Amino acid sequence: MEITRYRIIFSGSGGQGLVSAAIILAEAAVLHENLEAVQSQSYGAAARGGATRADVIIADGPINMPKIAQPGILICMTQEAYNKFSGLIRPGGLLISDKKFVKITQRVDARQIELPLYQTVVEEIGNPVVLNICVLGALIGMRGIVKKGSVEKVLADKFPPAFMAGNQMALDIGFEMGFDYAQ
Amino acid sequence: MDVKYYLRERFFPHLWCAGCGHGIVLNALIRAVDSLAIKKKDMVMVSGIGCSSRISGYVDFHSLHTLHGRALAFATGVKLSKPSLNVIVPMGDGDALAIGGNHFIHAARRNINITALVMNNRTYGMTGGQFSPLSGVGTKATTAPYMNIDREFDTVELASAAGATFVARTTVYHVKQLQSMLKKAIKHDGFSVLEVLTQCPTYFGRKNRKGSAVDMMNNYRDTTVPIGSDKKKENPELIERGIFVDKNLPEYCQAYADLVERASA
Amino acid sequence: MAKKITFVQGNEACALGAMYAGLDFYAGYPITPSTEIAETLAVTMPAAGKKFIQMEDEISSMCAIIGASLTGNKVLTATSGPGFSLMQEALGYAVMAEIPCVVVNVQRGGPSTGNPTHVSQGDVNQARWGTHGDHSIVALSASNHQDVFRMTVEAFNIAEIYRTPVILLFDEVIGHMREKLIVPEEGEIPLVARLRTSLKEGVNYHPYLPREDGRLPMSDFGDVHRFNVTGLYHDMWGFPTDKPELVQDLLRHQINKIENNVHKMTFYKSYFLEDARTVLISYGSAARSALSVVKQRRNRGESIGLLELNTIWPFPAELVRECTQHADLVAVVEMNVGQLTQSVRLAVGDQQEVHLINRVDGQMIIDKDIKKILRILQGRGI
Repeated sequence: MEITRYRIIFSGSGGQGLVSAAIILAEAAVLHENLEAVQSQSYGAAARGGATRADVIIADGPINMPKIAQPGILICMTQEAYNKFSGLIRPGGLLISDKKFVKITQRVDARQIELPLYQTVVEEIGNPVVLNICVLGALIGMRGIVKKGSVEKVLADKFPPAFMAGNQMALDIGFEMGFDYAQ
Repeated sequence: MDVKYYLRERFFPHLWCAGCGHGIVLNALIRAVDSLAIKKKDMVMVSGIGCSSRISGYVDFHSLHTLHGRALAFATGVKLSKPSLNVIVPMGDGDALAIGGNHFIHAARRNINITALVMNNRTYGMTGGQFSPLSGVGTKATTAPYMNIDREFDTVELASAAGATFVARTTVYHVKQLQSMLKKAIKHDGFSVLEVLTQCPTYFGRKNRKGSAVDMMNNYRDTTVPIGSDKKKENPELIERGIFVDKNLPEYCQAYADLVERASA
Repeated sequence: MAKKITFVQGNEACALGAMYAGLDFYAGYPITPSTEIAETLAVTMPAAGKKFIQMEDEISSMCAIIGASLTGNKVLTATSGPGFSLMQEALGYAVMAEIPCVVVNVQRGGPSTGNPTHVSQGDVNQARWGTHGDHSIVALSASNHQDVFRMTVEAFNIAEIYRTPVILLFDEVIGHMREKLIVPEEGEIPLVARLRTSLKEGVNYHPYLPREDGRLPMSDFGDVHRFNVTGLYHDMWGFPTDKPELVQDLLRHQINKIENNVHKMTFYKSYFLEDARTVLISYGSAARSALSVVKQRRNRGESIGLLELNTIWPFPAELVRECTQHADLVAVVEMNVGQLTQSVRLAVGDQQEVHLINRVDGQMIIDKDIKKILRILQGRGI
């Protein structure tokens, strides 16, 4: 009896909103899809800058271990994060990175997908603050995990209505870009 | 009035030395509370550790005898949790301003409606006469046998700068003034500090050749003057008595009640 | 009514549990990794008309909650390592004056400033013996958010029943990680209210004279009964005393009220212990990894089980003896140099050798760490 289990690491720099993206994903799973999720983050003294890492595990059964040793999915939004974490990835896993921030330098046994997320967000929305939501959109576009509608419900509950349009656009853009790579 | 109505005779005899000034403070306190007609059940005395702190057990109020220096922190919990109570915090000079200095300035900053009574005898009496932050340069103590090099705080200036909204000073020689200032301090709606100079003939007096208890009290008469006195201009060494600060600013418990209204709106 | 499902940090689960338990007054000082407890309560308490105050340090925070407990309130403070050290003197005051109060310590790496944002379970024995003098103490722990909530409520209950400070010994992993919490409905977990004296005005009330059942009814500051509360040894009126017989009676009363009721305040979980030849004992976030190992190995047919302790102090020695008596191998999994292992060894005595499986580098101990040491202990090589 193998239960479905996603182990996802969002990595980048403090201030990119990746911890928030991880929480939103986990909330969508727990609050709207009756799944279990555990989210944690590595935590340093700096609130901005520096390497940041948020772990999310989503499963349809109990989750004991909150930390991820070998992510099935790794998202890298800075070169530093890529250099630091790309070696952790589970063989055959998925590595998503942003073309603007990460130059692929290492060969890892994983599917590596580079997306122009930052560039697209800036061009189409004009505000990079929603980049994290775009990342999340790309992830679920590519791998499912949770339904897009569940993420939308979390966004609507979490943020004031004024932010919804921007978040929705970012989510849609990311989702479409990711969906092209869905298997 | 019946002083005994306010005393816990079970606690007596008290532990203060013959000639100690603290009993005069106790007497004045009882008279002040009586003349304000505050019910005993509405009075809480919170004290720390030291000779002065024992005053809280001798009166028939709710009494909380706590840790050295921490009385104002305990009192903050009592007062904020039940603002209808009158909270008086008698402290010694070391208790209030050395180990308790941080709590003292922060209680003043918050302007919480507590009456802080600093009974200043310039020494740690209970532990046998060590120098305190109010002893001053040149005094002698068991821990300053070659004369103290530590400068002293000025309680009035410290309390004023920290934000206390009522600040006064008197001595145990000036018993009428002590009583009337205590009344004002208790009635004041905010953090009030009353420094009372009170003699310790056993340690400070003996170490510093200040004579008998009576000599030390006469010394309070001779070395203090009312605020603004011409004598002070001639002799800056004289210590001023009187009310230095008396102003109305938002009181902490009331400000909290307002905050609750905002939060639940 | 559908149950309320939330996705929260352990620190938030603790704050929610405290509110459920009837928290009236919180005083605290910011410190990582416990701060989210204060931040959550700073939002919820004023909105519910409760008192929240940020004090000047942890010393005053602990003192303030004791003062507020005496006016009849359920009180809480929360801190981590260094702040817990600062609270020790006033914690002892609460023991001596028998003041109901709850203190959370979300453990981080120590000693000193140590490893503020990383996990440790290094305060287990400080919780037991941190304040000076002979005394007993209650300390509870949890490995998941449902239990964080539950143990927080139980902490308030135990504090009221036994008139004692209760420590909630969480850790950074539990405090910061997010997972599901199903908020219990009102009444689902029983709450213990303050036991107040029924004596009327004019009848002598003895604040420190236990009833026949050992409990001490209280009277709030501001009510008709006026009495003295002190950190000195005291008689039944609360007046200071150094009479040898009274000193000894009070000390024994304070210890016995806890140690004679261990069974009533022991919370634990057992996993596959019935036929376990290998018994792991763990608590807090380390117990999650221990449980993971137990499940993995059970799947492969090994007779291994886990005793997860939610009550750390008073130490449930009898329970530990029972659970280990038929085992071939006993190991304690914890993130310190063997603090609870010592107590397990004392409990088990010569009956068993007790091994330690630990990690002390600021990283959470994981299943691989445990399996590696287990292999060695079981003589299966490295």
